[in-house]
Amino acid sequence: MKLNIEGLLVYFPYDYIYPEQYSYMLELKRTLDAKGHGVLEMPSGTGKTISLLSLIVAYQKAFPLDVTKLIYCSRTVPEIEKVVEELRKLMEFYAKETGEVNNFLALALSSRKNLCIHPEVSSLRFGKEVDGKCHSLTASYIRAQRHSNPDQPVCRFYEEFDAVGRQVPLPAGIYNLDDLKDFGRRKGWCPYYLARYSILHANIVVYSYHYLLDPKIADLVSKELAKKSVVVFDEAHNIDNVCIDSMSVNITRRTLDRCQSNVETLQHTIQKIKDTDAAKLREEYRRLVEGLKEANVARETDVYLANPVLPDEILQEAVPGSIRTAEHFLGFLRRFLEYLKSRLRVHHVVQESAPQFLKDIFEKVCIDRKPLRFCAERLQSLLRTLEIADIADFSAVTLISNFATLVSTYSLGFTIIIEPFDDRTPTIANPVLHFSCMDPSIAIKPVFQRFQSVVITSGTLSPLDIYPKILDFRPVTMASFTMTLARTCLCPLIVGRGNDQVALSSKFETREDFAVIRNYGNLLLEMSAIVPDGIVAFFTSYVYMENIVASWYEQGILENIQRNKLIFIETQDAAETSMALEKYQEACENGRGAILLSVARGKVSEGIDFVHHFGRAVIMFGVPYVYTQSRILKARLEYLRDQFQIRENDFLTFDAMRHAAQCVGRAIRGKTDYGLMIFADKRYARADKRGKLPRWIQEHISDGSLNLTVDETVQLSKHFLRQMAQPFRQVKPPDRRRVSLRVTSPRLLSLCRRTSWVCLC
Amino acid sequence: MASLSEEVLLVVKKVRQRKQDGTLYLMAERIAWGPEGKDRFTVSHPYSDIRCQKISPDGKAKVQLQLVLHTGESTTFHFANESTALKDREAAKELLQQLLPKFKKKANKELEEKNRMLQEDPVLFQLYKDLVVSQVISAEEFWANRLGGLNNSEPAPYSNKQEVGISGAFLADIRPQTDGCNGLRYNLTTDIIESIFRTYPAVKQKYSENVPHSLTEKEFWTRFFQSHYFHRDRINTGTQDIFSECAKQDEKGLMSLVNKGVKNPLVDLLSLEDKTLDEGYGIKQALPSTSNTNKTVKESSNAAIIKRFNHHSAMVLAAGSRKNEVPADQASETSSTDGNSRDSDFFQPPVKKVKLQEAIEYEDLQRESKRKTVALNLKKSDRYAHGPVPLQSQKYTTSQDIINAVNCIQHEMAHYKPNLTQVMSSTAASSAIAALSPGGVLMQGGAQQAINQMVPSDIQGELKHLYVAAGELLRHFWSCFPVNTSFLEDKVIKMKSNLERFQMTKLSPFKEKLQRQYLGTNLTGHLEEMLQTAYSKFHIWQTRRMMRKT
Repeated sequence: MKLNIEGLLVYFPYDYIYPEQYSYMLELKRTLDAKGHGVLEMPSGTGKTISLLSLIVAYQKAFPLDVTKLIYCSRTVPEIEKVVEELRKLMEFYAKETGEVNNFLALALSSRKNLCIHPEVSSLRFGKEVDGKCHSLTASYIRAQRHSNPDQPVCRFYEEFDAVGRQVPLPAGIYNLDDLKDFGRRKGWCPYYLARYSILHANIVVYSYHYLLDPKIADLVSKELAKKSVVVFDEAHNIDNVCIDSMSVNITRRTLDRCQSNVETLQHTIQKIKDTDAAKLREEYRRLVEGLKEANVARETDVYLANPVLPDEILQEAVPGSIRTAEHFLGFLRRFLEYLKSRLRVHHVVQESAPQFLKDIFEKVCIDRKPLRFCAERLQSLLRTLEIADIADFSAVTLISNFATLVSTYSLGFTIIIEPFDDRTPTIANPVLHFSCMDPSIAIKPVFQRFQSVVITSGTLSPLDIYPKILDFRPVTMASFTMTLARTCLCPLIVGRGNDQVALSSKFETREDFAVIRNYGNLLLEMSAIVPDGIVAFFTSYVYMENIVASWYEQGILENIQRNKLIFIETQDAAETSMALEKYQEACENGRGAILLSVARGKVSEGIDFVHHFGRAVIMFGVPYVYTQSRILKARLEYLRDQFQIRENDFLTFDAMRHAAQCVGRAIRGKTDYGLMIFADKRYARADKRGKLPRWIQEHISDGSLNLTVDETVQLSKHFLRQMAQPFRQVKPPDRRRVSLRVTSPRLLSLCRRTSWVCLC
Repeated sequence: MASLSEEVLLVVKKVRQRKQDGTLYLMAERIAWGPEGKDRFTVSHPYSDIRCQKISPDGKAKVQLQLVLHTGESTTFHFANESTALKDREAAKELLQQLLPKFKKKANKELEEKNRMLQEDPVLFQLYKDLVVSQVISAEEFWANRLGGLNNSEPAPYSNKQEVGISGAFLADIRPQTDGCNGLRYNLTTDIIESIFRTYPAVKQKYSENVPHSLTEKEFWTRFFQSHYFHRDRINTGTQDIFSECAKQDEKGLMSLVNKGVKNPLVDLLSLEDKTLDEGYGIKQALPSTSNTNKTVKESSNAAIIKRFNHHSAMVLAAGSRKNEVPADQASETSSTDGNSRDSDFFQPPVKKVKLQEAIEYEDLQRESKRKTVALNLKKSDRYAHGPVPLQSQKYTTSQDIINAVNCIQHEMAHYKPNLTQVMSSTAASSAIAALSPGGVLMQGGAQQAINQMVPSDIQGELKHLYVAAGELLRHFWSCFPVNTSFLEDKVIKMKSNLERFQMTKLSPFKEKLQRQYLGTNLTGHLEEMLQTAYSKFHIWQTRRMMRKT
């Protein structure tokens, strides 16, 4: 159907539209019009992605000069592929309706592991290996060596791409990962480099967060993306953690040891080069004297996305004299390394700020702040000069140099914690230096500054106002949409008591209590008897789940559950869990029914959907608070309180509730779907917790379902399930609430367009 | 009763039943007991009648074996031979244990089959009521050629019956009971044993290796329950345990399952993340590799439980679908062997595509699609349109001709121009219209009132039943001819009397009923005619036989 969104003609590839999709597009259009940033929450399964794509594509077509590119960031590979498939659907619809040949280029970009077609390289299992192997075949000096030594193996796909691939742009079309591979195979070009090259002129790019948020990768991939782009972060409820992760560094003894050996290798290589090709080193020295002018010019003229690891100031200066020659730099690194080693020899926990650390390092080993700041850049230059084949081997020294640059650049927003041992095993010395970022806005700041519109969207972003605060930006639109339902297909219930009136809670004091564990077991047992097909249960942490499972096993609860359904349990091993997941789905498919025990914040809770019969009920055992005893978290909470005036408890609750909402939201992936959402903890009934759930869940919690016993829950669930099991009628009688809108005639549409009304006929 | 042809599998002497000494015989199809000194059996049960056997506990003074029948009755045998009582009982028990399941299945299967047939076929059910319940013929006669026919003629749709899966909790069903003196008793049934074997092939292998040469069955299961293998929460330490190997095998199986990876890319957690953070980056403390060693015993036992549950569930699931899996496996194998291991890419996309498409579908936003219909696939559409018409000399119109004709008429209609000068007179036209209107001369298709409007529907129904029942009986009757065996002779005589009985008890009352309601009696005329034909045939046959005899 065609829609009129405030004067913009939007093609929507379905015959009907949900009202919330329409409102969503409206808000989105206003955001784009204002060239500002937006925060939009809409429940999963209401077609967020397709609304977003429809509007932005229409906008791009209408105002090709205002919005040149859509950068769509999602979290997982399947998500990325889904987005591209939806886009394909939209484009097919465009082609059908307008009869024009599609002139859009849209493509997905993923890591080499998912795109490589080189027979040997692609058979490697881990992403890191693939990257390393690829680098060893395609690095510029390797290829240069081939001129003198034809036996040097290179990647023929890359060679082919390099020879001809750049001249002809990728023809317009929609390229998913597999399409890229097919295209690459046909042409004999490397799909990965082709994609990386093509994102510069593509209209739509779909890739994962890291390509924009992780400075190490963004610097390589996304640096030159056009300023007039719209950036969308989908599933963005966890975006602050992604930002923080990309800027935090952990240093252990092992890292230092490996770093030491890296430095030795570098020393050798330098020595060798010095004997054979001293000119190369001299050339490097000259470059360093001239400074980083090029990058500076590029950034000032807005060609590059800023790299938070490479702050603006240092671009205006040349690399300081003390680390300009290779030997001096190595000496510098050695000193720094020794210093770090000495710091790791502590016997008690040390926490300090970056300035304190700098002061200490100056006093102890006379390392100044300035050379430290150039460390990362200097190392890159050295590695390039020395023609190191496998960069992956030098990850340790790269890590240390990144740490040096970060610690000397940011005086605020980071903390250094040195722990001599793990809290759980105080007898085993395992010193770790955590350099942790506490301010997610540092990593995302360049994105907000560079691109004209950044949209943060997800199914669970409540409370909305906290995201602008912690990411430090000013949105022009903030909206939360609820789900219009023809039938109440979700049923949130808060179980506060067991049948014996014992209060159910996972809070620290009672979590080991047998009565609570038994009642949790009873809840699961009773539900397993009445819920058809699949049940997913989430625990607050892995350790907690292990303990509960053990104790259920001893009490014979699991055996009783097995009478009703098969049990599958998430483990810490991803491969094992994948197997369990597949078997779980198989059991749901063949009608036997199964239970999946899983962990909030785990991989399952973040990436796997349990549509329809794969999840008829989700049980959330306890409130998934983060482990509050960790020093890093404490430091972060302190920082949030001081900088953003967010109270500790507010943040913890917010964090717990967004994960709880994520978990229970996994079961409802559309309006034809239905599922129970059982919150098994009495603390959910409190207003401060409940109020932080997304609106679309909150709405359906009635006052009567706030503090139920297990029996009452079973009764309500039975009732709900019986109702939902009736066939869902597509044709809605006129007296019911209209759920889908439809534009019938083109005449009406044109009328509406003239009056700038939307067709809701 | 004791026919000599029966094979006697076991004879146990000195078995008392109701305080009477006697001998117990286990034969191929039944168990029987006869009192001493007489050569007839006072107790005889076909195995298929026996629901289960029970034995007295080991410690008891009397060594007894009880048979519980499906009817609920039970028979107790007391093994009275002092020296060998136990051994005798064990021998009988073992043999019964082997025999009973076979017959149980057979009996149940037959019953189920009959039940199913009756439920699925209402006509048959009515017939059954008419003939068997009203005792016109016996149930065996009724089923005699029906079941046989079904089993022989079309076994295909019924033979691929769905296999019954395994209960997920079969191990939980083995409830240990304390026997009062510091011991545990586990009750095993053949079902449970089968479940264990199907779920854990390694145990089955062990069983066939060790039983009966090195261990008795009882010892084997005792060891099984004592083993760490069964109680997986304990850490596996004992190496002398015969099941430790099973545990290892299971481990291997699990590993191979894990390594095989998953087919559905949407649940593959390994490839979910696009870019992982490099080592050393990130907030989450990457657990160092030393974590394995400093794990407490409790933690690792917990992990073992979790592993065990995952494995158990996977095995149960696999055991349920093992049969169907074979072709699927082969398919995937062949498709993965034709490329390199990694080039299963060529094979993967379809699954992936389908799953992705499923995931982005919003069915309620689409226009309701029409219900899918199965297209009629006709090789010769002419045959379908005309039916098997004898090809006569007259002109045969093909469907192409008809289509042409229709097109022609359509064409004419489209270009129809009334010729106003040459029209029919108005009277002729009105009479033609009248003739073509309902009730007109040309519209009298159903002048004769159909019989279905004259007779009330309950009578119609009854008549239908009578026809079906009579048809069935007549079928039995006519199938006896030509009568060439003594069995058929018996049968034909019996069928004749059955027919007569049918006429007496069913047909005549119906006829009277019709007369009472003043309906045409000719309704039953055809039925009577059919019966009469049968009777006359019977008479001819009988007189012939008499003549032959004399």
